Amino acid sequence: MSVRADFTDRIPGGDAGLIVLVLLATYLAYVLAGSVLGYTLRGQLNSIATLTFYIGVFAMLSLALNLHWGYTGLFNIGIVGFMAVGVYVTAIVTKPTYVAGGAAQVGGLGLPLWVGILAGMLAAALLGLVVALPALRLRADYLAIVTIAMSEIVRFSFLSGEIQQFQLFGNRVGFGGGSGLILDFAPPLEALFRGLGLWNAYLGFVDAFQVVVPRNPKPVVDGLIYGLLLLGFVAVFYWLLKRTGESPFGRVLKAIREDEDVANALGKNTDRFKIKSFMLGCALMGLAGILWLVPQGAVTPNFFRPRVTFFVWIALIIGGAGSNTGSVLGGAVFAAVLYQGPRYFQNLVTAVFPNFDSPSGFGQAISPLISQFDPVPFLLYTVDSIRQLQLVVMGLVLIWLMHNRPEGMLGYRKETASVIPLSRPKSMTADGGDDDSVRTDGGVDTAAEGGETDE
Amino acid sequence: MGIAETYSRGRQFAIERPFALVLAVIVVVLLGDLLRGLATGQTQFADIGTLVWDGLMRGLVIGLAGIGLSMTYSILNFANFSHGDYITAGAFSGWATTYLIAGLGRADVGALLLVGAGGSVYGGTLGIGVLSTPLAVVAGIVVSGGFAIALSLAVDRTIFKPIRNEDGITLLITSVGVAFALRYLMQFVFGSDVRGTTAQPPSISLYFVDGTVFINAHDITLLVVASGLMLGVHVLLQRTKLGKAMRAMADNKDLALITGISTERVVRATWIIGGGLTGVAGYMFILWKGTLGFNDGWLLLLLIFAAVILGGIGSIYGAIAGGLVIGLTASMSVLWIPSAFSRAAAFVVMIVILLVKPSGLFSGRATA
Amino acid sequence: MSDAADQPAEDVARKVDEGALGAFASGVDTSVDYPLQVEGLEKSFGGITAVDGATFEVESGTLTGLIGPNGAGKSTTFNLITGMLKPDAGTVTFNGEDITGEEPHQIANRGMVRTFQIARELSEMTVLENMMLAPKHQRGEALWRSVMPGLRDDVREQEEELLERVWEVLDFFDIAHIAEEYAGNLSGGQRKLLEMARALLTDPDMLLLDEPFAGVNPTLEKKLLEHVHELREQGYTFLLVEHDMDLIMNNCEHVIVLHQGSVLTEGTPDEIRSNEEVIKAYLGGNV
Repeated sequence: MSVRADFTDRIPGGDAGLIVLVLLATYLAYVLAGSVLGYTLRGQLNSIATLTFYIGVFAMLSLALNLHWGYTGLFNIGIVGFMAVGVYVTAIVTKPTYVAGGAAQVGGLGLPLWVGILAGMLAAALLGLVVALPALRLRADYLAIVTIAMSEIVRFSFLSGEIQQFQLFGNRVGFGGGSGLILDFAPPLEALFRGLGLWNAYLGFVDAFQVVVPRNPKPVVDGLIYGLLLLGFVAVFYWLLKRTGESPFGRVLKAIREDEDVANALGKNTDRFKIKSFMLGCALMGLAGILWLVPQGAVTPNFFRPRVTFFVWIALIIGGAGSNTGSVLGGAVFAAVLYQGPRYFQNLVTAVFPNFDSPSGFGQAISPLISQFDPVPFLLYTVDSIRQLQLVVMGLVLIWLMHNRPEGMLGYRKETASVIPLSRPKSMTADGGDDDSVRTDGGVDTAAEGGETDE
Repeated sequence: MGIAETYSRGRQFAIERPFALVLAVIVVVLLGDLLRGLATGQTQFADIGTLVWDGLMRGLVIGLAGIGLSMTYSILNFANFSHGDYITAGAFSGWATTYLIAGLGRADVGALLLVGAGGSVYGGTLGIGVLSTPLAVVAGIVVSGGFAIALSLAVDRTIFKPIRNEDGITLLITSVGVAFALRYLMQFVFGSDVRGTTAQPPSISLYFVDGTVFINAHDITLLVVASGLMLGVHVLLQRTKLGKAMRAMADNKDLALITGISTERVVRATWIIGGGLTGVAGYMFILWKGTLGFNDGWLLLLLIFAAVILGGIGSIYGAIAGGLVIGLTASMSVLWIPSAFSRAAAFVVMIVILLVKPSGLFSGRATA
Repeated sequence: MSDAADQPAEDVARKVDEGALGAFASGVDTSVDYPLQVEGLEKSFGGITAVDGATFEVESGTLTGLIGPNGAGKSTTFNLITGMLKPDAGTVTFNGEDITGEEPHQIANRGMVRTFQIARELSEMTVLENMMLAPKHQRGEALWRSVMPGLRDDVREQEEELLERVWEVLDFFDIAHIAEEYAGNLSGGQRKLLEMARALLTDPDMLLLDEPFAGVNPTLEKKLLEHVHELREQGYTFLLVEHDMDLIMNNCEHVIVLHQGSVLTEGTPDEIRSNEEVIKAYLGGNV
């Protein structure tokens, strides 16, 4: 095909190798920037952990969205709605039962975390079903509007006072309304290690880590290990979606994206395939949401605003819709460069130059520039406002991509939708001759000519 | 005989159009509940009156802004997700002007231009209002329209025109990029705070059956300006050559091209008219509600989509009617459901329309 | 070495001699005399009546042509039969069962498959992927079977079987050399061949071909017709819509003439050729 295809194909280890390479390069860049500016080791380690966390989260979400959009052609901009349902249902199931006088206004059912996670994923899938059943026949932009409206309805619901608190199986539970919920149960990492009986070993490891980080190493270690855990989940998502795509099921999805009528005319019940694909993707989005929010210790409805959905879309487009490897890379690049990168930069600057007073508003920042040609206040204001400016940059990146490279990094790569390579089986001969013109003689002659098998 | 005939016709109607029947049932139930509330004194006529007036106002804003969205959706074939931010941009530009004129000499120019970012100056303090500072308000309206026009044209020329022929999804995604860039740039410049922009305007209390409904000067201004503009658009579409060309293009682009209509000219006219209306809608929205924040346009966007879809994409009158319906739904839904869900009610209406009759209520009438 | 090498080639040669499609024509149902029966089909769009009481049958194992002047309702009838449109009135019976109003995929699963007039290849997929899509009863189309570690091996086995069938059909249609190409890069003629090859892989009893020879060069057309005739001898039934009169007259055993939405007349090519009403209809008169 093109030169680019050769380049990525030449990396040892194939796709996995490519992903590892990109990740390593990113980490290196972060560490170098930190060391050059004299960032502390603890700070560096925390940054790596945070970076890994966001890479994990955005890679997972991109992979799920790729199933919807890249494979099946379903334009879903309601991602946060599914994430929200996943998190809130997990919370309700896993939070300890209500005890009056505690910090929590409402309790939960007190079930183990893994039960809560499954319940959350199931709830997200069910919401997907509810949306899919009527809406799947809509054309792409209408489906988009319905999904974003749905995600806002979900957010309003969790914000509302009506379901803030209610009784379920005799327990006082609720969704917490505007104040949200405290997630007062053991975080996933602890639950995992306890479940595996490795909790004490883990604590021992944390103690040993004091060699590297003398004071209170636990948060740092937690962060790093959780980041690794998330990368593990990314690998699982990747494995799952690769298998889904490279199969007869994935073939039908691709056909649906291309031309649904043809798939129907060949006997495939496209509605059923679309629903399954949608539900699976929604369940994965729910899981990603759970893994994102649960370690934060609390959840509020206003986290789940459409802009997070658009983050995932940007990540997918950067990486290349249609390619699972692209989704992971897109998530990684988005997290490293567009999402966490600017914040890291901000942290570095404020850590290294802590004593500067930045102006509180645009007016104060720009007037020195205009009147005295003093750019410093403006620069400081810019660094201070990085969280807004990074969003402006994201918008510009999206525009640039749509103009110049809508297929993203790897979108041109078509991952063959079958379990096995589709080249001619060894048991069959090839016909002799390999000209491209249409043969006018019958098959008989050419078969009689060839006597050698191809392989 | 009459009864039998009505019955069989009714049955026929129910079988052929089950959705319309369900809708009718819902409306009847809701009205019944309303009447019950009125009869028992739980609800007051005046409350309903206030809600209706509120919904009407909201609906006018949504309808006015929706005209532009409907036109670009049908003529340019994509859902413009940055439309909400044109509203906000129009609002900020107009209000900066208003603040400047009203506050000249009384406050720092920089603070005025940033519409009182960070609490540096308050609209209330400056005594801004349509009757107290008419010149400032009028200037603001004009600037908001003009700025929105300039912005729409600029964005179209640099961003949408190069990919004009791509499919609707590509353009939609691009418009999301534009939305991000605009909105957060505005946040960067104007700050995140929501500021009060006007002094309390004079109001009249109308006695309505059993209570009072308050109507203030800004409500009237919105009514006058919005209706005036809508009337202007109507005249444009029906009486001018350009209007005819626009209707033709929205109806059937290829056919219109054959007749020699210059596409680019119509496109530009779409952005100009749509942009102008949108900017003014933004300004009027803020004048009416009295507060301004960088998210205001974006928060309206889904409601505007709902209105446009309800009315039928491409139909100007549909956008207006749809806007009123959505505004009234959002406003009056509190009579039956908790207020947290009032916007959700409007969304549900939109979703139902999309599922049942995606071409909208006024379909088949294009830009007419 | 030469023995082993020769054998497979001979096998293929023998298979093609016999009509290799025996290999993938498992169970063509020839027990029903008239697999397709259409009665009183009606369809209107707004004020326009496209199909107005069309009634005809297609005999098993024949190549039947459906002709008529422009606007006669051929495409609409096709769409009504194959489920892409729902008729306002009338019935469609296939293999003795009423399929009126069924969804296209249900009808295709019963054994009636159609091709499209403008070949709708899935352009972002390779020819091979296009072909592998077509066969029915693929176990791997159930999501869990494709994903679960043990069950995936079952799917792999079936994929290997399917792959062999696919290559056989590719050889039969002589498009094996473009197997790895993206379908979007194919020439018009190649797309037609792909369309037909793909339809064949669904193991149909009956094929409805919508102008399969439009825009096809004469050499390819001749080849295609040979394939079609060979398939007919295997027991497949064909209903063919075509504008090329010579083609219909020279190849079809039975011809149905549609005019203004209903059947004007039907019969053998000779009968139709000399039928005055048909000539008048084509010349634009109202009969």
